[in-house]
Amino acid sequence: MRIKVKLFANFRDGRFSIEDQEYPPGTRIADIVKKLGIEPEEIGIILLESKHAEPEQELTDGANLALFPLLGGG
Amino acid sequence: MVKELGQFLTAEAAGELLSWSSQVKASKQFGVSVAQVEEAALTVGILPARYQRNRQTISTENQLVLFRSRVAVLGCGGLGGYVVEQLARLGVGNIVAIDPDVFEEHNLNRQLFSSIAWLGRSKAQSAFERVSEINPAVTVTARQIAYAPDNGIELLQGAQVVVDALDSIPTRMALCQSCLELQVPLVHGAIAGWYGQVTTQFPGENTLQKIYGPRAQSKGAEKELGNPSFTPAVVASIEVAEACKILLQKGEVLRNRELIINLLDMSFQEIAF
Repeated sequence: MRIKVKLFANFRDGRFSIEDQEYPPGTRIADIVKKLGIEPEEIGIILLESKHAEPEQELTDGANLALFPLLGGG
Repeated sequence: MVKELGQFLTAEAAGELLSWSSQVKASKQFGVSVAQVEEAALTVGILPARYQRNRQTISTENQLVLFRSRVAVLGCGGLGGYVVEQLARLGVGNIVAIDPDVFEEHNLNRQLFSSIAWLGRSKAQSAFERVSEINPAVTVTARQIAYAPDNGIELLQGAQVVVDALDSIPTRMALCQSCLELQVPLVHGAIAGWYGQVTTQFPGENTLQKIYGPRAQSKGAEKELGNPSFTPAVVASIEVAEACKILLQKGEVLRNRELIINLLDMSFQEIAF
């Protein structure tokens, strides 16, 4: 299935801003995060179809996923 | 005496503007603080001349609202330095500046109040001294103390707005809880490298919970990316604009939405909650 993955801030470094990627059925958000080489604790907000989502959530064909890093500096 | 002070200020004012020298003169002549003179002037529609470039944006009536306001700023480092500076120049009458730390050399790349001469000095106390040089009519309460849930209520009491300029995620979440208990709006900002985010949480809302959720770690991407000079200035300025609008009840704030800032790609994204 095809998933549109959007990355933000430093997640783009050495990766991409937006890409259509192919994943097997049953793929969870956490699987994509792992495949991208992003540590789970680096993740801030996850948006699926512009709505908040959890890492364990399974994706369906054509899903739009956006990953934002956790920012905490001041 | 109030009436006489008002008459004196009206006589001293050139048009509707009161010069700083007249403000000081009134303070000495009537034995009151420059802050009291400022309030008396604003009350009779006279604007201290320092605010004349505010005037098309902030009316004299609104300048009085700002003067009578109290804003608590948590953290006086990268974000907090700019936040305190801008609140003071804006004319917010009472600022509580809270930070347990002292300036260190690695702060010099971005923290507004840091300087070689002030290395080793309290950030909160430095905020007080800096504002005394810029705008002595503004009262800064400097607290060299770490915010914690058990002192939160005491530190934030009386503030109409709380500005988050912290650098720790668990402390932010505790602050968020105190603000919910005190029913006070919280302007949140965070930075890392080229990136930043700002949102405003009102009482009864759980925006920060949605952003951070249950986190074990205290730091985010800034641990790897550090912070350059310009990102805190951008994010702090947006936080102050939010605080100003809350105090004056005007404009649209970042309520139930978060502004995501990317200064490398120069893109601004909005997330709705």
